Amino acid sequence: MALAADRSLAGPSTRAFGDKLARGLFFAATSVGLIALGALLYTVISQGAGQIDMPFIRNFASRIPERAGIWPPLLGTIYLMILVTMVSFPIGVGAAIYLEEFAPRNRFTSAIETNIANLAAVPSIIYGLLGLAVFYRSMGLGRSLITGALTLSLLVLPIVIIAAREALRAVPQSVRLGALALGATQWEAVYKQVLPAAIPGIMTGAILGLSRAIGETAPLLVAGAAAFVAFTPDNLLDAYSALPIQIYDWVRRPQADFQALAAGAILVLLAVLLTMNAIAIVVRNRYGRTR
Amino acid sequence: MSQIASSSSPFSARRRPLERVIRTSLFVCAAASVLVTVGIIYSLFADTISFFEEVSISSFLTGTTWSPQAGSYGVLELVYGTLIITFGAMLIAGPLGIASAIYLSEYASPRVRNVVKPTLEVLAGIPTVVFGYFALTFITPNLLRSISEGCGIFNWASASIVVGLFILPTVASLSEDAMRAVPRSLRDGAYGLGSTKLRVSLRIVLPAALSGIVASLILGISRAVGETMAVTIAAGATPQITLNPCSSVQTMTAYIVQVAGGEASTGSLQYGSIFALGSTLFLMTLVLNYVSIRFVKRFREAY
Repeated sequence: MALAADRSLAGPSTRAFGDKLARGLFFAATSVGLIALGALLYTVISQGAGQIDMPFIRNFASRIPERAGIWPPLLGTIYLMILVTMVSFPIGVGAAIYLEEFAPRNRFTSAIETNIANLAAVPSIIYGLLGLAVFYRSMGLGRSLITGALTLSLLVLPIVIIAAREALRAVPQSVRLGALALGATQWEAVYKQVLPAAIPGIMTGAILGLSRAIGETAPLLVAGAAAFVAFTPDNLLDAYSALPIQIYDWVRRPQADFQALAAGAILVLLAVLLTMNAIAIVVRNRYGRTR
Repeated sequence: MSQIASSSSPFSARRRPLERVIRTSLFVCAAASVLVTVGIIYSLFADTISFFEEVSISSFLTGTTWSPQAGSYGVLELVYGTLIITFGAMLIAGPLGIASAIYLSEYASPRVRNVVKPTLEVLAGIPTVVFGYFALTFITPNLLRSISEGCGIFNWASASIVVGLFILPTVASLSEDAMRAVPRSLRDGAYGLGSTKLRVSLRIVLPAALSGIVASLILGISRAVGETMAVTIAAGATPQITLNPCSSVQTMTAYIVQVAGGEASTGSLQYGSIFALGSTLFLMTLVLNYVSIRFVKRFREAY
């Protein structure tokens, strides 16, 4: 009977063997990705770990590999993180609250929703061209920190909105109804009841969006980040560099010394990313349970 | 939620002006996303139109020589670079991604899946400039040169491999979600008829999850087309139409980076050309995303 279902004439033992073989193949396919990740991390660590010391962190870029460091790009990345959060977080959460809690179900709302889904899929280099045309040129902000920050803010905006909406949607309806029944206005219900319950989810999404932003190279490069700055930026209109830009600049050079510097800078960038992801996980686990 | 909104808001809004102010400012936040789209379309197309006043659209779309110094803007050479790398990347990410998804969804124990899936997704979170570094310092010297010694340091094979690795988690993860959404009863029915696990995976789960799998592949293609840093670093900057995987090609995105990173002056033809390329890229990914969404809606099996 069992054979009737299987059109092949193979006996049960052959079929079992075929099944084992398939299992092995599927497992092998899965391990390719894992092995690649291992090889990537191994390459970066073996080349870059020796680079990391205090002078490497605190020095400026230099033509002489032994003296080169990542201080201005590291600061640039940190400033960008702060500015991007300041711009994209309030607008993104505001948009999410509107769409989840206030928006009427009509064509305009669904147009906004489709629009956000499309924006999330636009390649990052297109945002670079937007930054170049609008912030760099039309608004005359030039090769400045604020140009880069605004460009990246627009890039992560759809990610923040989508994450915040999911967090808001996860808050049970009874929370809203309870507040409204006690005479709260709609905004009071959202602000005092729904938002506090959704904040861990919103934070997690925002941090993940931000960690995508700080790894981005192309939009900054197109919108005018500098590969070499001789000073640290101290106002919004100063020229700036960022870690990914510095990595790109070093990777392009043929000398092995600069490749090693690139690996060192990659390690620092990955460490920043890892820290942010760890914070996201902690926020989710710590505040997620109390609900 | 919206029902509550519409039933309570007339009262509260009239009673409290603050409520209306807040509501309006939240609406402005949501509308800002529309403004971003308008900004993208305006900034791309304004310069594209002035570019096409100098270079005819037909010579742009059908020309096969991209040589801005000689005044020749035939986009096909760059489109070829983009497509051949995307093709190579999908040769890797497609089969491996789907096979990984089958393993994770049908074969792996929950404990294994809970470790392997997030680990695989780490790959998608690594900045693409790092993949460029990986192609240059590992894939080409250690992998490609052991197969073919004469491989150039910039070549499209290494770019394809790293882009494939980069989109592999996207394909695997989304396909796995689609496979796990296939109801247990379908599998049980097939097992009851005496099918092996392999047969259930290939004949029951795979067809039932097809719309999700195809959508994940299209999304992967769209990512590969828009990918910039890995292909800029790994594939080099030689626009040419070649099948030799060991030779350099230039993609649309790599050319944009090359010009924007250089010193092309505002208003020059070269400067305009990157916006024309940006528009081409934007339309390509828009079509891909549209097809992907349609595919999911049209062919989704409802259980």
